[in-house]
Amino acid sequence: MGDVKLAFIVQKPQYKGETSRLAITHAISYQTVEILLADGDTVTPTLCFVGEGVLGLQNGQKAMDLYGITSTETHVKNSLLVDLDVLVCKEDLAKYGIPEDAMPDAEDMGADKKIKIAPFSEIQKAIDEAKHILFF
Amino acid sequence: MGILTIGCFPGLVGNMSYDFALKLADAAVSKGHKVNIWFSGNATSSVKAHQKHLKDYSTGEKHLAALIEKGVEICTCEACTVARGVQKTESIEKIQWNAMHWYLAKIHASDRVLQIGGE
Repeated sequence: MGDVKLAFIVQKPQYKGETSRLAITHAISYQTVEILLADGDTVTPTLCFVGEGVLGLQNGQKAMDLYGITSTETHVKNSLLVDLDVLVCKEDLAKYGIPEDAMPDAEDMGADKKIKIAPFSEIQKAIDEAKHILFF
Repeated sequence: MGILTIGCFPGLVGNMSYDFALKLADAAVSKGHKVNIWFSGNATSSVKAHQKHLKDYSTGEKHLAALIEKGVEICTCEACTVARGVQKTESIEKIQWNAMHWYLAKIHASDRVLQIGGE
């Protein structure tokens, strides 16, 4: 069957509910899915943040200090570390007044991958190319 | 016939999305489709056995057991489940316990995926 592309679309703010975070951790699990697949089969997720989903992604989070839980920032950095494509909607960042340079990167963890601030048209393209779309 | 995988994230009690997921699964498997259900988030607390069915509350146990008997594969996210204090020894029989990659693997082989988000 080969590669199956998935689009994970996060529309809810981080920390408001659990599912926006679960979108990230489910996408990251593509790293180990091959143990359950036939040789040559792969899953390639693209993690997209749109609408209110762009809220709560900024760097400098202290969720571990204040609540004892892993921050969304750390989860996003882990996504980059495992080479996930992470797209954040450019128009929605602008809508909420969030500067693009507030998005975290994982250079300190040794990741080459970076968040891509993408116009919605590019996120639409990822949706079009995916076999399945999962809304969170 | 096709393969349908349902990702079910809402809690058993508090909304009707969980009930809908199970009814949809039953309809699909009764038509001859292969159905997989993945529980994550608050849905995972529904795998605990010995639920008391009070008429004012949704119930999962008898419906899950019936779906398993019909061949539906049901798996709960182990991390989400133990985080809610439910241990494997307390689980409804024949419900699988695994990590999130189980869901992605089932999606890989599926013709259709229905992601039913949680709260």
